[in-house]
Amino acid sequence: MVRRRATPFVVGALLAAGAVLTAFPFFWMITTSLKPLAESYTYPPSVIPSTTTLNSYLRLFNDFDFGRYLVNTIVVVLIGFVGLSFVAMAGYAFAKFRFRGKSVLFMLVLSTMMVPIQVTMIPTYLILNSLQLTNTLVGIALPTLVSAFNIFLFRQFMTTIPDELLEAARLDGAGELRILWSIVLPISKPILAVGGVLTFITGWNSFIWPLIIANDQQNYTLSVGISLLSKQLAINPPLQMAGASLMVVPIVIVFVIFQRYIVQGFTMSGLK
Amino acid sequence: MTVTAARNDLRSRMVAFRPPWQRATLVPYVLVGPALLCLVTFSVLSILVAVVVSLTNLDIGGLANYGQVRFIGLRNYQTMFGDPAFWEALGNTAFFVIVGVPTLVIGSLIIAIALNFSRSWIFRALRAFYFVPAITAIVAISLIWGNLYNSQFGLLNYLLSLIGRDPVQWLTDPTIAKFSVALVAIWRGSGLDIIIFLAALQAIPPEYYEAASVDGATEWQKIFRITVPLMRFAIFFVTVTTLINWMQFFDEPYVLTRGGPVHATTSMSLYIYQQGFSYNEFGFASAASIVLFAIIAVVTGLQLRARLGGDA
Repeated sequence: MVRRRATPFVVGALLAAGAVLTAFPFFWMITTSLKPLAESYTYPPSVIPSTTTLNSYLRLFNDFDFGRYLVNTIVVVLIGFVGLSFVAMAGYAFAKFRFRGKSVLFMLVLSTMMVPIQVTMIPTYLILNSLQLTNTLVGIALPTLVSAFNIFLFRQFMTTIPDELLEAARLDGAGELRILWSIVLPISKPILAVGGVLTFITGWNSFIWPLIIANDQQNYTLSVGISLLSKQLAINPPLQMAGASLMVVPIVIVFVIFQRYIVQGFTMSGLK
Repeated sequence: MTVTAARNDLRSRMVAFRPPWQRATLVPYVLVGPALLCLVTFSVLSILVAVVVSLTNLDIGGLANYGQVRFIGLRNYQTMFGDPAFWEALGNTAFFVIVGVPTLVIGSLIIAIALNFSRSWIFRALRAFYFVPAITAIVAISLIWGNLYNSQFGLLNYLLSLIGRDPVQWLTDPTIAKFSVALVAIWRGSGLDIIIFLAALQAIPPEYYEAASVDGATEWQKIFRITVPLMRFAIFFVTVTTLINWMQFFDEPYVLTRGGPVHATTSMSLYIYQQGFSYNEFGFASAASIVLFAIIAVVTGLQLRARLGGDA
């Protein structure tokens, strides 16, 4: 009996140790970003900075163009939300309408999830190039605009909306758009939150498409801007870590606020 | 007339009064249209384009002037199979899969079972720490690890020096670099797998464990006799998705080492990217991507088949 009561403590302590190890790189990122340049080279390395400065953050915006990269990233995220509205519409149609070819089209949606990005990388570049969308923010957002996985999530959720509710609205003479807007979407708030958070994370972290599509500094996103800092590895660790913090901290904040929804989203992805 | 019949009758009459774009028959197509257009363009059409381009000599010159593009049959594939760098990339990918996938699946399963051990708030708070690496940007993560790995002023070598070890060339020694790059990917990949395992764990009815306790089962027996067997589907699912991810391994080596030193960390995906976007050999790179796709499809197919064949 004694052993059994001790077990949760042992497990908890091991998990806490693991959590500290897992989180340590982020802790290191923040403390290094606050160090003056000289201190970041000291040996032995200092875990807690002796003096802190926001200099590196200021340099990102003054000496580099991170203000522009930040705006571009936000624009890419916002375009992603247009995609989310397409996803909601499609999910609603697959959940609540009967139409010819429905199951074939839904299978088509699911099968696109299995296509690896490496296969689509070059053709997508060629397609966007022929549409003259390379080197534009729309071009960066387009390849990931609609997520098949999100359509699947929305469909799963919207199937649970009672048909009677929609029928009643139709009898009252509501148009289909009106039904979607004033009945379906308000009921679907939980799944919209999941989709919204996933869309934000995808857009914010997106790396490979901006890398391929944006040739011009004007259209760089944060991730591409930060990968440029890695070319200066030997030169300025605090600057790199400030850049990394700029990308990581907003995501962590969003995650902490919406943790429940994200876990729910991944849960639905995995096992239904 | 029954109520339902009356309602249906009324409904069909109302439908008839609506303008054509609002008729129920068209509405679903309008709703799925934009999403399908995007998906079809960037995946179905993409694959077709990749297959066609892989049979041509399309490069940067051809991109400027399509008149220069020629069909060259399977020559890209021939050249590729004769390219030692291709086989090295394939071998590296196999190495990453063999090291990464079992570590991730088993490690995540152990952590998930531990996290599910108690329902107290402490355990729930601890979860967040394990999830965060999964949702943060790879570029940022690679910068952080590049800093920790740095051979001159990096923290890891300092910690080694404390226990009297020589500094390690984390990212510059060809063999060690493979492990260093894989470690970052394992660290980053674990969050998602843990989330999926946790979801499956929570779906196991607590009565099973209560019954086992009554019968005097130890914690180990509960894990191996109840948890693991009931988790078979989740373990299968995580193995398949993790395997697919690692066969497409790209981000970590791209940002940490650019595939070096001397191609030691060049995965298949990175090889394709370099052929396509560093050397602008779009035809050749497409051929390589088709080969990778075929490998992934075959491996995934075999797994699904093994599972269906093995029932369960």
